[in-house]
Amino acid sequence: MDISASALVAQVFTGLVLGGIFVLLAVGLSLIFGLMTVVNFAHGSLYMLGAYFGFFLLGLSGSFWVALAFAPLMVGVFGVIVERTLIRPLYGRSPDDPLLLTFGLSAVLVELVRLIWGKVGLQFDPPRALAGAVDLGFMHFPVYRLFVIAVTVVVLIGLWLFLERTNVGLVIRAGSRDPLMVRALGIDLGRIWRLVFGIGAALAGLAGILAGPMRGVYAEMGVTIIIESFVVVVVGGMGSLLGAIVAGILIGEVVSLTTFFAPKLAEIMVFVFMAAILLVRPSGLFGEAGLLE
Amino acid sequence: MNRRAFLATTAAGAAAMALPAVVRGQSRDPIKIGFPLPLTGPFGAIANDMQRGATLAMEQLNAKGGVLGRKVEVLFRDDQLKPAVGAQRTKELIENEKVQFVVGGLAAHVQMAINEQTKAAKVLYISVSQSDEISAKPDTSPLTFHEALNPTITGRAVASWAVQNLGKKFWIVYADYAWGKQNNAVFSEVVKKMGGTVLGSTPYPLGNPEFSAHMPRIQAAKPEVLVPVTPGADNVAFLKQAISFGLKNNVRIVQPLHWIFYAKEGGGDLFSDVYGGTNYYWELEDTIPEAKRFNEAFRKRFNTEIDSYGAYGYSGIMEVARGIELAKSTSSDAVANALRANPVYNHYKGKQWWRTCDNKSFQDMWIIKGRPGGKTRGEWGYFEVVAKIPANEELDRTCAEKGHV
Repeated sequence: MDISASALVAQVFTGLVLGGIFVLLAVGLSLIFGLMTVVNFAHGSLYMLGAYFGFFLLGLSGSFWVALAFAPLMVGVFGVIVERTLIRPLYGRSPDDPLLLTFGLSAVLVELVRLIWGKVGLQFDPPRALAGAVDLGFMHFPVYRLFVIAVTVVVLIGLWLFLERTNVGLVIRAGSRDPLMVRALGIDLGRIWRLVFGIGAALAGLAGILAGPMRGVYAEMGVTIIIESFVVVVVGGMGSLLGAIVAGILIGEVVSLTTFFAPKLAEIMVFVFMAAILLVRPSGLFGEAGLLE
Repeated sequence: MNRRAFLATTAAGAAAMALPAVVRGQSRDPIKIGFPLPLTGPFGAIANDMQRGATLAMEQLNAKGGVLGRKVEVLFRDDQLKPAVGAQRTKELIENEKVQFVVGGLAAHVQMAINEQTKAAKVLYISVSQSDEISAKPDTSPLTFHEALNPTITGRAVASWAVQNLGKKFWIVYADYAWGKQNNAVFSEVVKKMGGTVLGSTPYPLGNPEFSAHMPRIQAAKPEVLVPVTPGADNVAFLKQAISFGLKNNVRIVQPLHWIFYAKEGGGDLFSDVYGGTNYYWELEDTIPEAKRFNEAFRKRFNTEIDSYGAYGYSGIMEVARGIELAKSTSSDAVANALRANPVYNHYKGKQWWRTCDNKSFQDMWIIKGRPGGKTRGEWGYFEVVAKIPANEELDRTCAEKGHV
């Protein structure tokens, strides 16, 4: 095997970008869990909806950019409706209830999409300006993947500014720490949680439309990412945004380097890594203990 | 017997005799064929096609008056592409629905689970998807028939064609489960035997559409031929990523099989110049009269084109029916013996035959190649036929190699 420095650099770089994609996949799940302690099993289906709505908007407008801007918004609105009609009655009950509900919802959404759009997946290509590879010196790398990472960075900065630097963000954070106190201050937490669920859903949708040109668009596309996303969220620490970022990148590197040295172990190594982290830090890298209690 | 009962019996008998044979036959119990297949999950589009093929066979048989004057009923069940579910559905079909035969299964590992159930219940099973083990000992049985191609036949045919026509230096990326591993083994063996080299082969977990971590090594190795053994929706993801990493510019791509559904999902540009094998592609109707008749019947019924696995489903049902008529019985043993005694058949694309030692079907196959984007023929004409690989028992392992003495 060629284990030259340049081969290793190429592999580490690929892993870094893959890690960035893992972060993008997981951030919506992390947000909803961290702030609402709702384990959203419909995350993968919302991701899939993002790609399908994107395809629909692309057909309507002919522009990838219009689709990219509005598909996550549509998924966000859908998320708000789901929260209002299905999740809300379950607040205050055991965390298993919303988990089971969203699990069922995801099965329903997959079948619904198959009924509407058919069992054959949809053709979804990157816009021409972002197709093809760019020569980085040590390897040829897809332009589109670099674009996805750029979007991810912008979204993460935006999300951080929103949570840390705005009044609404302040209320959201307060609500996640001590909901009773926030209510006592006369704030309608129901509206806040609806907003958080909507944002989490929109982020899942954004990941879906961005993933479409890399991975294809089909009704079951969310099934694998739900596992990847959970691993990222658990390793990073349930509910920690910074944790999700660090964990996503670490797992990207674990996958990439294992694929390089021992490809047969690439899948299992992710879980070995997760188990090892949990042995040392049971709440994950940056998690607060006791969120689910 | 009193007078009233006598009159009633004779009247009923006379009425029955007056009816045409068709109607009389169908008033008896139907012949039931169980058909487990993964209607949900990543092979849903192929399973849908297979269900349509089998449905067409059932309807054509019934339109001709059924089999032995009895109606044929095919009971489809979703196996979710999981061996445990496939086994459960098959058991239910046999025990609760009392099916007399089983056709179906759309993945190597699920058909093994189905086969365990049919073996235990002594029910004839015609497998209609790829597997090497299904027709080899210890898994096979005298009641297990294999209609589809298998990885050995496909791999030997496609790999030797690729070494002769596309290049000598290969890289293989394969799904890490039965069918993928078998293909990897056969491709590697054939390439080496024919003087080529396999620069590397990397497994990935089936159903995981992320291949970027494979790409740096492939780029650095500079193979002439890239072989993705990436079934179902993985195929589109792999080609998207290989092309986005710039691999298509200087590498020829060949894969064991093509399906029109994934070509449509990926689009003409993605599949252009990608080679692959197939047991059936609808444009064969240009040269094969049986294919033309078959396509026309399918179009009339479903208003679309049939693909390779739909054809397997059709042929599987038709073979059960042919066996019953030859045996004049619905006993699985009698039907199996009748098929072995009359091994040659032709349902949709020309002559096929059962090899009697292992109940394996031998049939022609073809190499097809993606047309350039924008040059698609009609809605489904993504490929052109490049070469025919005639049916040949030497492409499979010998009976002795498969454990049959």
